[in-house]
Amino acid sequence: MAATRRFWHRFLAYRAGAAATIYVLVLVVIAVATQLLSGVDPHQLSNEVMRAPSPAHLLGTDELGRDVLLGIVYGVWVSLTVGFSAALAATVLGVVIGATAGHYGGAFDLIVMRISEVFQVVPSFILAAVIVAMSGPGLTRVVMVIALLAWPQIARLMRGEVIRIKQLEFVDAVRCLGVREWVILATEVIPNAVAPILAAGTLIVGQAILLEAALSFFGLSSADLISWGRMLNSGQRFLFNAWWLSLFPGTAIFVTVLAFNLLGDAIGSALNPRTTR
Amino acid sequence: MQEPLLALDKVTKTFRRSGGSIVNAVRSVSLDIGPGETVALVGESGSGKSTLGRIALGLLAPDSGRVLLAGRCLGDLSAAALRDARIAMQPIFQDASASLNPRRTVRELLAQALRHHRDSVEQRSVDLLDHVGLRPGTEYLLRFPHELSGGQRQRVAIARALAMEPRLIIADEPLSGADVSIRGQILNLLIDIKEEHRVAYLMITHDISIARAFADRVAVMMQGEIVESGPAEAVLHAPTHPYTKQLVAAVPMLDAPTARDREIGDA
Repeated sequence: MAATRRFWHRFLAYRAGAAATIYVLVLVVIAVATQLLSGVDPHQLSNEVMRAPSPAHLLGTDELGRDVLLGIVYGVWVSLTVGFSAALAATVLGVVIGATAGHYGGAFDLIVMRISEVFQVVPSFILAAVIVAMSGPGLTRVVMVIALLAWPQIARLMRGEVIRIKQLEFVDAVRCLGVREWVILATEVIPNAVAPILAAGTLIVGQAILLEAALSFFGLSSADLISWGRMLNSGQRFLFNAWWLSLFPGTAIFVTVLAFNLLGDAIGSALNPRTTR
Repeated sequence: MQEPLLALDKVTKTFRRSGGSIVNAVRSVSLDIGPGETVALVGESGSGKSTLGRIALGLLAPDSGRVLLAGRCLGDLSAAALRDARIAMQPIFQDASASLNPRRTVRELLAQALRHHRDSVEQRSVDLLDHVGLRPGTEYLLRFPHELSGGQRQRVAIARALAMEPRLIIADEPLSGADVSIRGQILNLLIDIKEEHRVAYLMITHDISIARAFADRVAVMMQGEIVESGPAEAVLHAPTHPYTKQLVAAVPMLDAPTARDREIGDA
């Protein structure tokens, strides 16, 4: 199909987007590999405590003798799981709520949009920290909290798209064929709003990874999982004598969030018919 | 006189601009269309004729006044009954690239209209495409709207409307989206459909020559009101309202034979 070909052409023309795609694919492979491979224990302690980066331990070891590189590799799983599942949950929630609000309007629309404004005004990290602190840590809770904070972005976008699309002529034409309103919403309106939602959803993956890292930095994520945020947390006590404990996990977070942002931008501009590249 | 197929009874619609000013799009308009009759609604852009078309289709509720389809008031019907009732009216819009979902193939677009004929969708689709001049129909089934020319797209939109076996087609500037060179062909197709299917038309147009080629009756709309209406011959040959005179005078060949005597289209 020509539209699909055009999408890939534009997407790949955006170099940073192509690089980000490769990076994310590598992360996915790493995450899956760490779950499938047994025999390697990233929690393995050793006597080689607080070693600087060397050929034996490329990124050094921490205060308990654990390998930093191995920790970062095993931390990919947590970051990606949280990032993808939180973004997916937020997107599904936002699409359903936003589409309903935009299509039916009225009181539901008004209430939902005011609620979404509240979420957007309250500093999300503080709110997330408070909710997790009150309900107790755990990866599932972290995912739920992030989804709860992120859905308004998708809902507002979806609402706007639905309001724009539902008054297009082809929707009226289908309406004249006697098709039910909710079928029109599901089969005509929402599929035509996929492009901007996909771009925004990808950006949320990055936000979710950052928020998860911040929560685990403060000890608010799962205690027995290796995550980049937790590595940062334990590293910051030794910031002046073991810089590698902070620098490498921090870099991993930074590069990954950047990659998802670039990916979101690339998808957004490739799907936007008004961009010419 | 027999009961009109569609009757607009003192229909009024106003819009509020974002600035707060009120636009009287349609002001107390009454218009009847009999079974098999062709009525041209002529007026320049902004005269409210497209709004009137949307009201007639039941896509827009009037502020006051009634729309009667075969004697039943659309405003009194439940959502489900309105859905069932108005399939008797099918729209043909100005720009088929906007009236066909860009993500659907011709086959899918027609299948939406033929969804009550599950087992014969394929055959009926091909027949319809043949009928509107897209031959052979099988060649077009898998195409997307953007893979067709403007005229071909409009033919697909017409095929979809015909699939519903409508009693009334409401065509809003159906020729404006097509190339000048193929407008005649589309107009001929619409005339053929009129004769073959005995379908009634509400033809919304700014072009008085189309009204002349096509219509039994003409209604002239200006600033939301119908200022003159009557049999096409009478209105176009001896207009009484100054606005109609102006419209008629703007078109050359006033004394040329009307379309009924004349071959239009490719010639």
